[in-house]
Amino acid sequence: MESSRFFGLSEMAYILAMVVYVIHIAFRKKAVGVTATGLAVFGFASQTLAILLRWREFYLLSGMGILRSIPLTNLFESIIFFVWCLMLGYLIMEFRYKNRSFGAFVTPVAAVALLFINLSGMSTQIEPLVPALQSNWLLAHVTLSFISYSAFALSFSTGLMYLIVTTEDRREGAYIFWTVMLGIFAAVLMAMGLDYIRFSSAMKSETFVRDFLFKSSYESGSSAVRVISYAATAALVFLVWRFGYILKKVITGFNMQAATLDEITYKSVAVGFPIFTLGGLIFGAIWANQAWGVYWSWDPKETWSLITWFIYAFYLHARFLRGWKGRKIAMVATMGFVAVIFTYLGVNLLLSGLHSYGSR
Amino acid sequence: MKSFLDKVWSFLSSIKLAIVIFALVALTSIVGTVIEQQASYSENIRVLSSLVGQGLAPTAYKVLYALGFMNMYRSWWFLTLLSLFAVNLLVCSIDRFPAIWRIMRAPVKPIAHDQMKRMPIKEEFVSPGSPDSWLEKSVSAMKSIGFTARTEKEAGGPVQLFAQKHAWSRSGVYVAHISILVILIGALVGVFFGFRGYVDLPEGYTANIVYSNDMDMSDPGQVARRESLLGALYSEGGDLQKAAQSLNESLPGYEKDLRSVGVIPLDFQVLCQQFQVQFYGQTDMPKAYRSLITVLENGKPVVTKWIEVNHPLKYKGVMFYQSSFRLRHDLSNGVAIMDVRSPSGQTETLKMKVGQSFSIPGTKETVRLAKFNPALAFDDQGHAETYSQLMTNPAVKVDITGPDGAQSSKWIVQRYPETWSLPDGSSIGLTDFWGVQATGLQVRKDPGVWIVYLGCILLALGLYVAFFMSHKKIWVRLAPDKKGTLFTVAATCPKNRHAFEREIEKMVTHLKGGN
Repeated sequence: MESSRFFGLSEMAYILAMVVYVIHIAFRKKAVGVTATGLAVFGFASQTLAILLRWREFYLLSGMGILRSIPLTNLFESIIFFVWCLMLGYLIMEFRYKNRSFGAFVTPVAAVALLFINLSGMSTQIEPLVPALQSNWLLAHVTLSFISYSAFALSFSTGLMYLIVTTEDRREGAYIFWTVMLGIFAAVLMAMGLDYIRFSSAMKSETFVRDFLFKSSYESGSSAVRVISYAATAALVFLVWRFGYILKKVITGFNMQAATLDEITYKSVAVGFPIFTLGGLIFGAIWANQAWGVYWSWDPKETWSLITWFIYAFYLHARFLRGWKGRKIAMVATMGFVAVIFTYLGVNLLLSGLHSYGSR
Repeated sequence: MKSFLDKVWSFLSSIKLAIVIFALVALTSIVGTVIEQQASYSENIRVLSSLVGQGLAPTAYKVLYALGFMNMYRSWWFLTLLSLFAVNLLVCSIDRFPAIWRIMRAPVKPIAHDQMKRMPIKEEFVSPGSPDSWLEKSVSAMKSIGFTARTEKEAGGPVQLFAQKHAWSRSGVYVAHISILVILIGALVGVFFGFRGYVDLPEGYTANIVYSNDMDMSDPGQVARRESLLGALYSEGGDLQKAAQSLNESLPGYEKDLRSVGVIPLDFQVLCQQFQVQFYGQTDMPKAYRSLITVLENGKPVVTKWIEVNHPLKYKGVMFYQSSFRLRHDLSNGVAIMDVRSPSGQTETLKMKVGQSFSIPGTKETVRLAKFNPALAFDDQGHAETYSQLMTNPAVKVDITGPDGAQSSKWIVQRYPETWSLPDGSSIGLTDFWGVQATGLQVRKDPGVWIVYLGCILLALGLYVAFFMSHKKIWVRLAPDKKGTLFTVAATCPKNRHAFEREIEKMVTHLKGGN
């Protein structure tokens, strides 16, 4: 498959771009910045090519119409598309705001998402479509959903940066909030990395969550390992909490104004929210009605989308009508994205492992 | 008394209430996604055991059950929360509408010079030429970015041009809020005047009732009543009229009783003529499946249509959706449909049951259908076995008796045409094994769905206007100056200020420099 070669290339480019963006904020050399942007653009271009190639492969293989063959039908393809939207959004912002510092925060999200594909060992094969997915609504629903997810991801990174920049006191709620969040995030990624190292040879994508996820840490057979895992997580959270000021120093070094961060956070939500409402909720409902005869059935995926929608509605109302500002509202924005991640991954990976309902 | 009502009103219209409702709906819904809704006791005990441990699971179940979390989206408190949400939306909209209406209708007025300088967007510059000579040009410059200006002379010479655009965009927020009420109304219409049901129809079977998805099967009394009401119907061969008579009831009375136990009578019949599955290549993954459905009125066919996933059938407001399929437990009534071809090329379509025999035209061979297997596979010893619960690989075993009395037998597999040919050059092609599969249909009636769709359109439009359009106002003041005309440009725009600033920049270039 031609496409996988270009996916690999884009992943490498994004990881390198991440490193160079971080070097750039440390040394602030123009040439380094241009290199970072060049790498990001190169990664984006090869990813675009890879998506188009995969689309073609899918089209030739499935024998369905070109619109129905859009490669957005499984977790792998949707993560790729999410990263693509995120990088597109970031590159537009970089050119508009003429500020590269932010790249050091977006490229890691892109790189982690792509690494997650490798870590989880999910299937990267082109899979035939089950009958319910053979609909033109797939294109409209899934593309718009992911465009909105990407906008929310941007608001998450700027919201988190806002919190890092504006908090100082270790006993303050907002400081504890972001350090705990970042600490847990890092701990979960490390735990998954351990699973990967331990089970990579035995792993199959369908059974990954049930058989392997967190089996070398939180869900280990040995209670000692479980206790150590939780202790290690607590220690990591503590470390982030104790030394959070270092991160603050790094970001303040970027000449990123707190007000700009707040504005970007709001603007991303203002773009993401209507698109999510239309593409995620409304188109999803119309499609469900066409396929199953119910536009709303309170299944976990739908309910989590609604929870996400309510959190961002909360954000907009609190900001405009209650005059919530600064740290308080930035926390709401970051919580919103946690709900997005859960809607997108948690429902498929965790709740479907817990429940017996089919993956529809 | 009045102050009490005022208090209630201001509570119901408060944004604080809205925010509290958002948070409560979101938080309680999380619990509803972890607990499997409308599931059996053992299912949720399993879920709870993996969360709180086996010991605590029954207690946790009891507590959550008492709070209504096992069917929480229909529980009284969740519905109250949603109603409160609707009331809050309605009261908020009524409360704030007059103010917004005034802003939308208010004409833009000239403002004082120093007030212009305090506007969020402002610019001042001097261009050669008198204000009078610039007047017309200024009007057309404003026109070029879409503003129709009105003019007013200030005392002492200066002239002010002012205009506004998209004042109506202030209503976007309203439309978005009202649309949610429209969607909720549509949902209520669906709940009260529609139904959600299912029916499981084997090939060749007809149904005139469907079963409700919302029936609570945990009440033994209801279940027993349902059994007896359905029993009467079965013993009268599915005739609703006769079943009503046998129970000494009127037909409407009997139908009402049936509805109360989750059985929905249709005023027509549906027949499943045929069911087909198509697989991806030689795999067992279904690519498409479809049912040939006929609607009958008083036994006479009126509509016949193939339905498949994403392509339902609609009749008299009732929608039939292809949702699942299964293999019947009893395979004895199946009919093999075979294309039999003689060595000389003569073909004939035969319908045979297992145990029946036939002869191939032009030969002296007799063929007996010995066995049917819906999912044929062979084990290590070469014995036939059934590998799946579905009809994934239908095959018939035929015993062939030659003209000389020689016996042989072989499996004819639908999926593999190479198994169809016989040694003497004739062939038996298995096209279907009819009557052993059943199609699962979701049956819905929802007269509220168009109201919901209307609400969705309004929501999309409202959000678009609310987030991407804004009420823009602009003032241009032309005052006489020693070097010509002093221009003061001021503007307001609640959203997307940068885009508006660029437009104004475009307009200003027309006003700068020589006349």
